[in-house]
Amino acid sequence: METKLNTDLTSFRTETREWLNENCPTSMREPVEDPSQLYWGGRNAEFISKDQEIWFKKMLEKGWIAPDWEKKYGGGGLSLDENNILNQEMGRLGCRKPHYNFGISMLGPALLKFATEEQKLRYLPEIIQAKIRWCQGYSEPNAGSDLANLQTKAEDKGDHFLVTGSKVWTSYADKADWIFCLVRTDPSGSKHTGISFLLIDMASQGVSTRPIKLISGKSPFCETFFDSVEVPKENLVGTLNDGWTIAKYLLTHERQMIGGIGETDKKEFISDHAINIISKTNDILSDTVLRSKISEFEMNEEIFDLTIQRTMDEEKSGNNSGANSSFFKYYGTELNIQREELRLSINGFKSTEWTSDESHNGKQARFFCRTKGNSIEGGTHEVQLNIIAKRILGLPSK
Amino acid sequence: MALIINEEQKMLKDSAKEFLNLKSPLSLMRELRDNNFRPYKKELWTEMVEMGWTALIIPEKYNGLNFGYVGLGQVLEETGRKLTVSPLISTVLMSTTIISLSKNEVLKSNLFKEILNGSKLLTIAHEEGVIHNSEILDSLISKVGDTFILNGKKNFVIDGNISDHIIVSAQDENGSDLLIAVVDSKSKGIKFNNKVHMDSRTYSDITFNNVEINKDSFLSTGSDGKSILEKTFDISRIGLAAEMLGSIQEAFDITMSYLREREQFGVKIGSFQSLQHRSALMFAEIELCKSIVLKALQSIDNDKDLSKNASLAKAKLGMTYKLVSNEAIQMHGGIGVTDDSDIGFFLKRSRVIENAFGDSNFHLDKLAKIKGY
Repeated sequence: METKLNTDLTSFRTETREWLNENCPTSMREPVEDPSQLYWGGRNAEFISKDQEIWFKKMLEKGWIAPDWEKKYGGGGLSLDENNILNQEMGRLGCRKPHYNFGISMLGPALLKFATEEQKLRYLPEIIQAKIRWCQGYSEPNAGSDLANLQTKAEDKGDHFLVTGSKVWTSYADKADWIFCLVRTDPSGSKHTGISFLLIDMASQGVSTRPIKLISGKSPFCETFFDSVEVPKENLVGTLNDGWTIAKYLLTHERQMIGGIGETDKKEFISDHAINIISKTNDILSDTVLRSKISEFEMNEEIFDLTIQRTMDEEKSGNNSGANSSFFKYYGTELNIQREELRLSINGFKSTEWTSDESHNGKQARFFCRTKGNSIEGGTHEVQLNIIAKRILGLPSK
Repeated sequence: MALIINEEQKMLKDSAKEFLNLKSPLSLMRELRDNNFRPYKKELWTEMVEMGWTALIIPEKYNGLNFGYVGLGQVLEETGRKLTVSPLISTVLMSTTIISLSKNEVLKSNLFKEILNGSKLLTIAHEEGVIHNSEILDSLISKVGDTFILNGKKNFVIDGNISDHIIVSAQDENGSDLLIAVVDSKSKGIKFNNKVHMDSRTYSDITFNNVEINKDSFLSTGSDGKSILEKTFDISRIGLAAEMLGSIQEAFDITMSYLREREQFGVKIGSFQSLQHRSALMFAEIELCKSIVLKALQSIDNDKDLSKNASLAKAKLGMTYKLVSNEAIQMHGGIGVTDDSDIGFFLKRSRVIENAFGDSNFHLDKLAKIKGY
């Protein structure tokens, strides 16, 4: 039985590799320099190149925009093993994901778990076909780390909800067509109860957005305002006042995404970068202090990747691993931050250029500044450590 | 290869855990120490032999169990939890490994017999410098007529005081080949200076003064001495890392229990965020440790990227053991620095084992070299 299964997977790998080789255009195998090079879909989306369009359409036809979703929703119906193989093979060739959409990475998994069949059939195919681009409305000005303190209210007006309030850190809200939101539907109970999960069309009367500029410069983040927005009742996902359950589930996915799980893009070894820039003495980097820092960093980077693999292997074999999404979010983002710090050391004077052409408008310096947000967004380092301490280590509350 | 252990390996781990809980609690280590630093408990070793632990990595051809290093690693992890004092590291991990890499079939099959039935203990004498170094080698074996003569000084020989055979590295007289010879510890011309270290275990400085070696007692044949020795070091690093993983987890578990029970200011001290965050950080590092130890053990069995994984494992485990053993004491507060508490044993073991086969700095340097910087 197992031998047959392994044979099937081996031939799936071979076929996948051949298919990708044949169908993924060369330019779609180059590293992504900037999110604007990606295809995000949506009502106003345009392909930035012919190759991008070809790649998207080929993958759509193959069912591999959301490879592990059921076929009836437009997915590929792949098993966990097959999906992993596809990810590995895409990573090996450096294939870009054909379609980035928070509908795929975040909303989709939540709908698959909590939505009615009718809702799944309505929303999921639109996401896969890139007709609708989604954004996420969670944080608020007074609900950051304390997310459950959110105050955007949705009042029951019989046939619809009336939504009033504002959201912050809504990535790409100015480009998205729909938003999935946490709203307060019952202000009377404790803060975790009385929250609901609502889908809102951004074209509705009363929705507006404003971009947020970061220390790194322009950013995809926005503020989103709801001024007496009417939302149909059928847009509620899951049970009324039980949206926190969905919120927690989705946060897990978000953390995994930020922590780098399932990432297919190739990473450059920081030491390869250093070897190109810093001279060597007797085959050893001349800056020996930096050398030891790089070596320690790469040790952790390599072992962190092994830990992702171990956790997936454990889950596949039905064992509940100790590591959870908070651990991955914390450690993965910490490595990101350290990597950019090292890059500044390696590149010296050049690393802090902000507007020059040579620096591509301060690409590196801005990227460095951007990583400072990694330990904040999706739950701060401190929030993740709290979760590990309480949920995994069972340390007491006061 | 999936990064998980299989059913058989899991069963071995569970049986080791059960056995050691019963026969080798942490208190045994204290008992041996308080009994004039007894080097090990013979009855316990006999039972380990009966359980087949000396047969784990010996091939079936020599009547071993051929269970592989992932299996041995599970046992070592459990002995690490209890800081079990036994010849398992010297006789099984180090010596059985170096013997199995040898092409001297007669010697190999004789020594394996003695290891299998537990009648003899063995160790490796290599170090000559202040820290681990595979290059420093002044010990010399010269040929006088038909016999070979060994001269040299070795230090930090694990279990040197109880071993029947000492496996010694030395240069040949032309300085071209590295030789590995098995020497009877009772041979004329051997002098032991046994030293108890911080972990209450004994390590020997050994002087070889014109010690005669039989021509059939060489594990190295031709020029394979260096590669046999290097591979033995890599495998030993990984085995020690497995032991360290057990110790780290035990020290961490004991500390977490303490945080959940100890009260100050009218609350459990585990409710303090400063301690919670440091605990969570340790948890994260331990997760990484589990991954690299298993990966490295697998890389012995499938002989892939052995050196890199050995260095990753020894470096990471060394750094994490240091972190956890320090924090374990700090979080215990005053009781942590008293001899009444067991928690200090982990600190003391960590600093000794850190130096064996290269410390974290040694391996970070080695990793950089492997990657070409």
